[in-house]
Amino acid sequence: MSAGATLLGGPAAPVRRRVVRAGFAPLLVAALAALIAFLTLPVVAIFVDTSPGALVSSLGDEAVLSALRLSLECTLIAVTIIVLVGTPAAYLLATRRFPGRTIVVTLVELPLVLPPAVAGIGLLAALGPRGLVGGAVADAGIELALQTAGVVVALVFVAAPFFVRQAQAAFEAIDHSWLDASRTLGASEARTFLRVAVPAAAPGLGAGLALAWGRALGEFGATIMFAGSLRGVTQTAPLAIYELFSGDFDGALALSAVLVAVAAALLLSVKLLSGAAILGGAAR
Amino acid sequence: MRRRAVPLAAALLALVLAACGGGGGGGDQPARPALTVSAASSLKDAFTAYGRAFPGAEVRLSFAGSDDLAAQIRQGVKPDVFAAANTKLPDALAHEGLVERPRVFAGNELVIAVPADGHGVAGLGDLGRRGVKLALGAEGVPVGDYARQVLGRLGAAQRDAVLANVRSNEPDVKGVVGKLVQGVVDAGLVYRTDVTATDGRLRAIPLPDALRPQVAYGVAVVRGARHPAQARAFVAGLIRGRGAAELRRQGFLPAPGA
Repeated sequence: MSAGATLLGGPAAPVRRRVVRAGFAPLLVAALAALIAFLTLPVVAIFVDTSPGALVSSLGDEAVLSALRLSLECTLIAVTIIVLVGTPAAYLLATRRFPGRTIVVTLVELPLVLPPAVAGIGLLAALGPRGLVGGAVADAGIELALQTAGVVVALVFVAAPFFVRQAQAAFEAIDHSWLDASRTLGASEARTFLRVAVPAAAPGLGAGLALAWGRALGEFGATIMFAGSLRGVTQTAPLAIYELFSGDFDGALALSAVLVAVAAALLLSVKLLSGAAILGGAAR
Repeated sequence: MRRRAVPLAAALLALVLAACGGGGGGGDQPARPALTVSAASSLKDAFTAYGRAFPGAEVRLSFAGSDDLAAQIRQGVKPDVFAAANTKLPDALAHEGLVERPRVFAGNELVIAVPADGHGVAGLGDLGRRGVKLALGAEGVPVGDYARQVLGRLGAAQRDAVLANVRSNEPDVKGVVGKLVQGVVDAGLVYRTDVTATDGRLRAIPLPDALRPQVAYGVAVVRGARHPAQARAFVAGLIRGRGAAELRRQGFLPAPGA
């Protein structure tokens, strides 16, 4: 910035700067307005096109109900696994420095940027009947592909990084003197983790949980490739929307409206929880 | 640096607008017209080859389950040509005034497909056996409807046994093929051309004559198509010409009753 100022800092510069400033604020507003219009239009359209009657009647539909029930079950199980494994893993990443840590963090975050179809192919190539470790999995008597358990596997794969990232940041934000004090007072490492670190990071963990849950609820590509689509077994709400799309557009809209509402509720809870985290930080 | 942000933003905006213009098809008038063809997944190889050789236009192909493509057209999407793996969908769209009069342009054979190295399934009688895993097209997808036609001609007990073995209802025929190639299921009902296209990774087991459904492909020019003349030429080539030759080469049958 300073280099630019010296290079261009001739007598004409103040005038030019003023002109640029005058034009810049409207540009910012225009960009934001365009963004908001573009991002909210499809969501608005879903609700405009869904009559309350269609919503109620589609919610009575057996396929829709079973998809919502399955989505709820699978995402709850997936999020539970993610939290149980992800919390200690994130704590380790947040509190220890070790060689290769950056690589480990990158590996954990990779599924964030992978296309879901790639996740599906990868899961098949790893855990499918002809996959890398598929034989061993099958020998252990575990069947994942085209099973409800396979849906959970796909959800954990795509959603876990959302939680771990957030949890790691939350643990990193804790005042380390608290952890040191806990240890100095004779608490074990495990006790420090459970009684000091987790409660202190709770809002951030909650926000990560909500984000991971939202991602899991919306999962489509990895699920259909790895787990297939069978009503009551592997057909989650997004898969049901895709199937309804061709035959029953109103039903697809209604189910979409439900998912929008759930997703909005989750996002709102993220905002509230991270707001709490910020307030907590300020109070300190 | 702050000073450079404005020209940069303007350049980006211009780039985005230019990209949008190009994508809309309005900008490329001087070149050959871009003909958009929505086609059933099973037509992928044949249409890709025909599209490349088609003289009248640059052909842009969109493949999916025929029912999804029909649903897009009902939602106002306007490709120039719609080609489905049945006649029901183009007929229905014609009835709704969304496409011109459909033509039947090809046939196909529904077969039992199994992985080339699989030995769990030797024929129709095995599909209902306990432990056999099946993938079908979903209901409403032509390949799924043909499969259910076959099952409808079986006795109730056998039909129920087969349906109980279905582990996935796929959104298009390529979904079924994918599950078979990966060995996730033991058998599926697909078109013979899909088996041929896997280069030996899948094996086709014919269905008994009495159960075999008549598979007929319908095609229609979409009303309001941007390039109706080229669209009609494309359809004509499917019935007699390069498209028809390519379909035959890929193993499609002549249009039933033609």
